[in-house]
Amino acid sequence: MDFSELVQEAISTLTVNKLRTGLAVLGIIIGIGSVIALISLGQSSQASVSNQIESLGANLLTVMPGSQRGGFVQGGQGSATTLTLSDANAVSTSPTVTDVNLVSPEYEKRAQITAGGQNTNASVIGATPVYSAVHNVSVAMGVFISQQDVNADSRVAVIGPTVVTDLFPNVSNPVGQSIRISGQAFKIIGVTVSKGGGLGSVDSAVIVPLSTAQEVLFGVTNFSLSSISVQAKSSKVMTEAENQIGYLLLNRHNIADPSQADFTILSQSDILGAVTQVTGTFTALLSGIAAISLLVGGIGIMNIMLVTVTERTREIGLRKALGAKKKTIVSQFLVEAIILTFTGGIAGMLFGVAVSLIISKVINLPFTISPGSVILAIAVSGAIGILFGWYPARKAANLQPIEALRYE
Amino acid sequence: MISVSHISKIYKTGDVETVALDDISFEIKKGEFVAIMGPSGSGKSTLMHILGALDRPTSGTYILDGENVENLSDDELAEIRNRKIGFVFQAFNLLPRTSAVKNVILPMAYGGIEKERRNEVAEKYLKMVGLGDRMNHTPSQLSGGQMQRVAIARSLVMDPAIILADEPTGNIASNQAAEIMAIFQKLNDDGRTVIMITHEPDIAEHAKRIIHILDGKINSDSNGHKQRVVKSKAISK
Repeated sequence: MDFSELVQEAISTLTVNKLRTGLAVLGIIIGIGSVIALISLGQSSQASVSNQIESLGANLLTVMPGSQRGGFVQGGQGSATTLTLSDANAVSTSPTVTDVNLVSPEYEKRAQITAGGQNTNASVIGATPVYSAVHNVSVAMGVFISQQDVNADSRVAVIGPTVVTDLFPNVSNPVGQSIRISGQAFKIIGVTVSKGGGLGSVDSAVIVPLSTAQEVLFGVTNFSLSSISVQAKSSKVMTEAENQIGYLLLNRHNIADPSQADFTILSQSDILGAVTQVTGTFTALLSGIAAISLLVGGIGIMNIMLVTVTERTREIGLRKALGAKKKTIVSQFLVEAIILTFTGGIAGMLFGVAVSLIISKVINLPFTISPGSVILAIAVSGAIGILFGWYPARKAANLQPIEALRYE
Repeated sequence: MISVSHISKIYKTGDVETVALDDISFEIKKGEFVAIMGPSGSGKSTLMHILGALDRPTSGTYILDGENVENLSDDELAEIRNRKIGFVFQAFNLLPRTSAVKNVILPMAYGGIEKERRNEVAEKYLKMVGLGDRMNHTPSQLSGGQMQRVAIARSLVMDPAIILADEPTGNIASNQAAEIMAIFQKLNDDGRTVIMITHEPDIAEHAKRIIHILDGKINSDSNGHKQRVVKSKAISK
């Protein structure tokens, strides 16, 4: 009996009890489907987060004060005041820092914002005009902070679209209106273009001149910064730029041992790596749970195959009496099990792709499906057929023909 | 053709030993038509299983068509059954929902006959048993007698050394039973060796030789002398 005959016979046997076959296949469909859907959604959210991080600015390095200090007690990141405006100026002017394009000194702190009867708590970012280029932020209405604003400690603000909706629910263009930040009056000179919510988005921030933030709003001493954002010349020289900045700042701060540095440099790839790791872990976790349902589906196949073997004891006996060898009986039942799981695998794959397509449409994620997960689904479903079909098939093949023929 | 010498079969259930066959010896020559008779529990079914290579004797030698069936593996026994024995069962044992012609093809599929030839051979034998017009009928569309004729066609396709029939008319209406017996008669006339297990004396009458089994032993063997059989029947009843 060759393979095509085995397949034909298996199909005609499986179509006899369509409901039972369908239910057995359903287990596999759900198992494979949920694995595919979750892997795909995991990859989609990863891609989405990566896009968001990249949208924060290209080739971005962030220098933060404090942290990476030896010893038992470590100050919270951003709490230290070790990074100053003169550090930022040094980074942008030092001849040893060659791979840096733009340097944006920043001071960020949350504050209560009010306008009319509305109020909100938002992140207030003290920035210079460079901020716009480094973070890829542009204004939809009005203008961005200018150097004059910074020089004059102007009380002007560029606000994000989320802040606009919070504070001016009925105003289409808030430019020219005034708001109060921590009780002090500011004039709105611009509204930023919406970049979509998510990680570190300026949509819900208020940008004011750096000098104003430091001196007027938050009373910062010695011009300390909460971060310096640096745009490297290209993505290829990120490491070089990072090293150049690191040496310069260590030198300026008189620190000989890099492990004692009083600042941290984070590159976009660091953040990306961390986020990817988190989403990867979640994807793995959820896929693991989905894999359990696949396992249950496999057990369902085994169960149905065992029932089939018992039901068809006489038939197996007859086949053996007519000359079927063990190998032939094993193949016959294995082929049946594999057809069940394989059909379930293909259908489950389509089901999973459809589910992840719908979900990514609904929650507005980019849809991705990797060929790897498709191949995985097909291979796994075939393997499940072999794994869970093996025992029933062996059981069938080991039946003694006389016992089997006698069976009622 | 068939040589059975000192065959015993002992079943063990726990500590209890049941002797199903007790040192049986006989020979069957090519072209014979033998009926094996005996009441239930006599051991005739066990004997039929051993003759059909479905089971192994506890001791003794069984030579079928020149091949010693002793100490063969399960797969080797399967091959012997496929090539040398044509089975006809009381319950027909056709595959349900499968056409007559596909049922008849089954032993050829296991015997490795080329696909192209199978249909031709199956049709030839189905025509021979008078079912040329019902080849694509499934068992549920056939009468008992027709089903048994499909089974006979199936037993012949591998051109076996012996036809082994176990109560072939047991599940068939008496008018159709005669047709079945006529087919066996014809097969024997064509030179085939037929061994038939039965407990019905009038069916056994079709055979040329009757071996009577009782309590695992040969009670009588007519070996052509039918007169003795009639007597032994009286004993067994």
